[in-house]
Amino acid sequence: MAHNHDGKDKQVHFVGDSRVARRNEKMVPKDYSEFPGKTEAFFPNFLLKEWMVAVVVLVGFMALVMAHEPPLGEQADPTNTGFLPVPDWYFLFLYELLKFKWASGPFVVIGTVVVPGLLFGGLLLAPWLDRGKERRPVKRPVSTGIALLSLLAIVVLTWVAWDEHEKQLASQPKGDSEDAKIVHPEDPAYEIYKNNACVNCHGQKLEGLQGPSLRGIGDAYTTEDILKIINEGKGQMPAGMFQGTEEEKRQLAEWLANQDPPEEKESQQ
Amino acid sequence: MLKAAYEWLDKRLDITPMWRDIADHEVPEHVNPAHHFSAFIYCFGGLTFFIVVIQILSGMFLTMYYVPDIENAWKSVDYLQNEIAFGQIVRGMHHWGASVSIVMLFLHTLRVFFTGSYKHPREFNWVIGMLLFFTMLGLGFTGYLLPWDNKAYFATKVGIEIAASVPVIGSALATFLQGGEVVGAQTLARFFALHVFFLPAALLGLMGAHFFLIRKQGISGPL
Repeated sequence: MAHNHDGKDKQVHFVGDSRVARRNEKMVPKDYSEFPGKTEAFFPNFLLKEWMVAVVVLVGFMALVMAHEPPLGEQADPTNTGFLPVPDWYFLFLYELLKFKWASGPFVVIGTVVVPGLLFGGLLLAPWLDRGKERRPVKRPVSTGIALLSLLAIVVLTWVAWDEHEKQLASQPKGDSEDAKIVHPEDPAYEIYKNNACVNCHGQKLEGLQGPSLRGIGDAYTTEDILKIINEGKGQMPAGMFQGTEEEKRQLAEWLANQDPPEEKESQQ
Repeated sequence: MLKAAYEWLDKRLDITPMWRDIADHEVPEHVNPAHHFSAFIYCFGGLTFFIVVIQILSGMFLTMYYVPDIENAWKSVDYLQNEIAFGQIVRGMHHWGASVSIVMLFLHTLRVFFTGSYKHPREFNWVIGMLLFFTMLGLGFTGYLLPWDNKAYFATKVGIEIAASVPVIGSALATFLQGGEVVGAQTLARFFALHVFFLPAALLGLMGAHFFLIRKQGISGPL
């Protein structure tokens, strides 16, 4: 292989003792004369500017890290049946997708394969699906439209999943160990609560027995929401359990809606 | 002194062309936020890389204390977070950095998509970028189990159940991820290996290819 095969019988030089041909032309930096305006050397000029952007991001990031302790729950207990599973936030939209009737049960293949497959497959093959020369998003409305719609769907699904998870968490029985305290236990509404059937399921101290805990319930519901639940029931809870007068009912609902104690975790530690 | 050392090395190894290939090229105006503030959208790729570096470094320090078995995993995380000096900061960087890297990666993907930069001749680099995206999601999924708290355990259980419902390959996939019949000791060891060795190796390889192609093809022109 001392000669190349372009017929000119020219001597080929190799790099060191390898069989890699030595190239005569240098690896010259790309010529950006096709772009208007001022170009700049990558190293060190441009890299310095990128580093300055990175430093700003780093400061914000470290502020986030210092302000919020990374969460660590109780040690995993496979026998814990009451735990509400939740994936990390960037998987929530897929998780929520599987809750649609047309994407779960017998149609679960739509939720696990077809829709994610279309989404990720479409992304993967985007350069071949959209082969036009045009790069501006307004000049290629189809791909821009599909992208915006998918984006919107992902945002909405994530938000719905998160909202639902928060609500489910709020309606779980919490027991006495919870940090939330009863607000205004001296209020006569507490007596009304104790004298009604509420207490049988929600507990003497609002801690939740068969029914969910009502502590901190004001975070999730307004007076009107609570009145509606008392009147119409919710989930396991039957309608019309409240035996007192309308006025007492409203008093109780208002008191419950005030059950939103500030978090006292910091001071207790 | 430094110059002499460099020349000594250069004489033997001919390193000048190497770093010139990597560092010595022009960056056009339209991606430079110093010239146009709106060019900050071109920073997200670099920032993703920056956060990935943070993830690698903080992850390396975490493995100094982390023990990947079901008896001690949670205890070691609890210990490193509450007893070790700066343990909470290092774990915090890794925990929040996971989310931030996904956000940056997502913004970078949006930038490339909406500027049409994936088009000819950069199709292949877009595909590598999507593979990088999947690798990062895999890192997120496997890393979520490692603290071995209830949230980690049950989220993984649901995730594997979802994987198992995929037709044809589902049960094989679930067995591969789970390493057995239940989410347990094998799963944790497996996720640890994936999270610390396999996926980062894939990530580094793909990132190398990604950067090599950017360097070869140059950055896409202004819109």
